[in-house]
Amino acid sequence: MSAVAVNESGLLGRLSTGGLDTTHGAVLYLEEISVSFEGFRALNQLSLSIDVGELRCVIGPNGAGKTTMMDVITGKTQPDAGTAFFGQTIDLTKLTEAEIAHAGIGRKFQKPTIFEQHTVFANLELAMKADKRVRRTLLAKLDSAERDRIAETLRLIRLQDAADRIAGLLSHGQKQWLEIGMLLMQEPKLLLLDEPVAGMSDEETERTAELFLSLAGKHSLVVVEHDMAFIERIARKVTVLHEGSVLAEGPMAQVQADPRVIEVYLGR
Amino acid sequence: MTRLYGAKGWIALGLAALLIAVLPLYLSSYWVTLLGKIMCYAIVAIAMDLIWGYCGILSLGHGLFFALGGYAMGMYLMRQIGREGQYQSDLPDFMVFLDWKQLPWQWWNTDQFWWAMLLVVAVPGLLALVFGYFAFRSRVKGVYFSIITQALTFAAMLLFFRNATGFGGNNGFTDFKRILGFTITSPETRAALFAVTGAVLIGTLLLARWIVTSKLGRVLTAIRDAETRAAFCGYDTVHYKVAVFTLSAVICGIAGALYVPQVGIINPSEMSPANSIEIAIWVALGGRGTLIGPILGAGVVNGAKSFFTQAFPEYWLYFLGLIFILATLFLPRGIAGFAQRLKARRA
Repeated sequence: MSAVAVNESGLLGRLSTGGLDTTHGAVLYLEEISVSFEGFRALNQLSLSIDVGELRCVIGPNGAGKTTMMDVITGKTQPDAGTAFFGQTIDLTKLTEAEIAHAGIGRKFQKPTIFEQHTVFANLELAMKADKRVRRTLLAKLDSAERDRIAETLRLIRLQDAADRIAGLLSHGQKQWLEIGMLLMQEPKLLLLDEPVAGMSDEETERTAELFLSLAGKHSLVVVEHDMAFIERIARKVTVLHEGSVLAEGPMAQVQADPRVIEVYLGR
Repeated sequence: MTRLYGAKGWIALGLAALLIAVLPLYLSSYWVTLLGKIMCYAIVAIAMDLIWGYCGILSLGHGLFFALGGYAMGMYLMRQIGREGQYQSDLPDFMVFLDWKQLPWQWWNTDQFWWAMLLVVAVPGLLALVFGYFAFRSRVKGVYFSIITQALTFAAMLLFFRNATGFGGNNGFTDFKRILGFTITSPETRAALFAVTGAVLIGTLLLARWIVTSKLGRVLTAIRDAETRAAFCGYDTVHYKVAVFTLSAVICGIAGALYVPQVGIINPSEMSPANSIEIAIWVALGGRGTLIGPILGAGVVNGAKSFFTQAFPEYWLYFLGLIFILATLFLPRGIAGFAQRLKARRA
């Protein structure tokens, strides 16, 4: 059946061989990306680059283009103009969602998106980095190293006691964590997290902050959030989006003091 | 083995197999034909459950795949008639009647059983492969997919109604004499067909069970419940949907091929949109995503159908509508879901 659509890029389904070229220090480059929806410019010549191991926070008022930016990076939306590169060589605008996932970009949605009918364990199993072509999946069996990896992730997201629970029965915060755990199972090089602490209690938010700080360095993270206290807690470098392009970029304190940012956030 | 069913399940399956083997010895040919026919429908119900129950794709064109398998078998059975037709010709009667001088290209090699069997799986399979690939790649989903599959089976029915298509027009094929040289109406042949159908039914159930308990099965359910997440996990959902749609179509083709020698006729009415909708009703009544449920659903609906169409022929469609409404109201998860709930309450 896989013969139906022979994939030209050769990335699909197979385990990525770590072909990501980050010799120039950046994992993601967006250059002059523009996206319009029926006349509305969601992104307007947006340029952005993320370094290897960086934890970048992206903020901006509603409609600034944060989610559209993630859609472009993950192949959900095709840009009208501009280039999006993962590392030096992988042109994201030419790949499908699944191919981008295999290349090493994991995405958490605004609303927690997990497999509600499956157990927590099965959610992580399905997300785990593996050969994801149809026939291989039919014959796949978990080996002990893979079980260990799932157990390790369960501990990290503090769901070790809920491994056999149906994921749909988890609390909202736990679902957010499970989704983050699923991203980690994919062993992504770049994690895109859209409002990861929405609906979390203060304690859960704090634990999420700790988790993200511990992940930075091993992975590159792009976090979109509205929760300013959370951003202050984790931010190193902040990018402010406004009307589809970058308004300001720099350390949190500098960005907060920027009169243009204050104008955008408070001026209306 | 234990992944598929527990000890009780295997025992139940063994008993079912035994029952299928001995039943034809004790039943009249009416009952053998009726039960054989229902087993063919049950195979279709499993195929429908794989794609609808587990992967969330409601195909309303499965009757077409069933009919195509039936026509492939029918061509072989027509060739087996030989010169015993009314016109004593090498050609099937309807071709003589249409004054055709030779077999059209579609009939090439159809006197060979193996070739006909190849067509039984290849024609529905290839059609589903190509149709599914374009539909799923274009992200045709939900009710839109249901509608285009209805249109597909309707279009095929109109095509098969035409004499020029070469499959006997609206009369289709009938008056079969032999299969593999055996007289098709003899009790032994009927018992053998019955046993083969039973074996295919059990084999299909085990195959489906093997698939849904594998990681592939979990991916199918994942696509049903959160397709975008599945794609972002790295699964090419188009490939998965095409694969399950094609497999489902092939199973329907095999069921159709078993159906035709037992009921003795195949015509384009098998492709009518209503037939495909009825398949969905069996699965909904039996319980989606349970495999056993749809088998029961096919049995209950078709058992009731053969009773009603004899006792109160005018009321059958009302009754069918009524069971569908009652099942939706009181058995939202079907017979199997109801049984599970009873079991859970007792425990």
